[in-house]
Amino acid sequence: MMYAVLCYNNEEMVCGWSKEQDDAVMAALSKVHDKWEGVGKLKPSIRLLPTSAATTLHKQKDLVVDGPYAETKEALLGFYIIDVENLEEGLTFARELSKANPGGAYELRPIQLYLPGAPINGPYAAERSYASGAAG
Amino acid sequence: MPQGVAQLDRQRAAARSTAWLIMVGRNAALDAVRKRSRQAPMPDEAQISDLEDVETPMAERLDESQYRDDVLRLMFICCHPDLPATQQIALALRIVSGLTVKQIARAFLVGEAAMEQRITRAKTKVADAGVAFETPGPIERSERLAAVMQMVYLVFNEGYSAGPKDEARAELADEAIRLGRLLLRMFQAEPEVMGLLALMLLQHSRSEARFDANGEAVLLEDQDRSLWRDKLIQEGLALIDKAMRHKKTGVYLVQAAIAALHARARRFEDTDWAGIDALYATLERLQPSPVITLNRAVAVSKTKGPQAALDMIEPLGDRLSTYFHFHGARGGLLLMLDRRGEARVAFDRAIALANTAAEAAHIRMHIDRLIAESEKAKRA
Repeated sequence: MMYAVLCYNNEEMVCGWSKEQDDAVMAALSKVHDKWEGVGKLKPSIRLLPTSAATTLHKQKDLVVDGPYAETKEALLGFYIIDVENLEEGLTFARELSKANPGGAYELRPIQLYLPGAPINGPYAAERSYASGAAG
Repeated sequence: MPQGVAQLDRQRAAARSTAWLIMVGRNAALDAVRKRSRQAPMPDEAQISDLEDVETPMAERLDESQYRDDVLRLMFICCHPDLPATQQIALALRIVSGLTVKQIARAFLVGEAAMEQRITRAKTKVADAGVAFETPGPIERSERLAAVMQMVYLVFNEGYSAGPKDEARAELADEAIRLGRLLLRMFQAEPEVMGLLALMLLQHSRSEARFDANGEAVLLEDQDRSLWRDKLIQEGLALIDKAMRHKKTGVYLVQAAIAALHARARRFEDTDWAGIDALYATLERLQPSPVITLNRAVAVSKTKGPQAALDMIEPLGDRLSTYFHFHGARGGLLLMLDRRGEARVAFDRAIALANTAAEAAHIRMHIDRLIAESEKAKRA
């Protein structure tokens, strides 16, 4: 199986870290990253910029609003990684998607750090482990 | 990690200021109730107990969660329109950020005595209780935003200009960035707030490279750019990108754009000086000031040479006669034009006006180089 691991924390606190604190956390994390990337199980990892840098496209009204997507009714169902010239081009992409699949919203959040990780091999079939008797 | 001493001191200062403002506010409210009760013929029990209740809603209003932060709330409170703008900012910097009168005076390019007087006047006016210091609502908040932004930026500059040896003061830059983030959360769609935060982040990204191991200032052209903090640069650039959508310009956005052009240059030689010159020209139009012209002259010296730059700044001599950077920059241009005697005079003037040891040390380095070169010339 492939999983997306979504990271949550107190943004105000994380933004308030000094360079030393931030570097220390990143160094500790990179040990874990290296271990899992070494066995080919860590794929791309991404650190996002703060929500203050986000812009949201509300699809039905085609309304662009500064700030993150703040509703709690909707759930996060997926995401794209794009490499575009600027926010305007990012919004153009989001609008095209929106026409294909209306409803909900797209939040565009700049990416601060992109680590490509190990090559992607395609999904692992969990059911295979049932066949081999390794599970259950 | 334990909080820095300076941060705790600031929190204590803010707590003291909160207490002071609550007290002043409470007195004003009590006065109002007393005035009303004087008009009433027979004060009854209910009215007397009203007196007690006055401070509760006031304290609650001060705690409104939308501000999320004491310091920011106090800044908005201090920006009361009954106080002249210069007094609002001086007062807020003094009581909220705990800056000294000297630091505030320097930021406003006025004398210490004049600033002391300004702050005293503001305090008297507030204490006279003619001004009700309540937490402003959304409309007042918008009206006071410009003054609060100016304050946040002054606090930032106070931290930015401090060397690494003055850790307590340097921490003011982090505090200002924190306040900038909170401001942007309150005014999410305001491009100038995006500009202010971007400007502070981009300037602050160079903090590790701006001073050497001895705590002496390192010029932009000599800085080790690998020490620039990429994370802050990216956030600053993203905020400028985001603000562009609003197709509105402003002084913070233009300054942020200038800082962005510096941040984008991997080497000093790659700097887009023509772009920086054009942005300073925009800034001069938005906010004419001799300091901005002086900064523009630095860009002009790169694109059109030192003589063109010197011609631009010579007329500013009267207005900037007590400004350290004017004499420093003028000395530098004179030196480039090989007018050594005049350069020496300008550098001496700059040293006399230096605010920090780092500033003085930087100018002294130029003078030492001048002396060394002239001695070498004599020996030859």
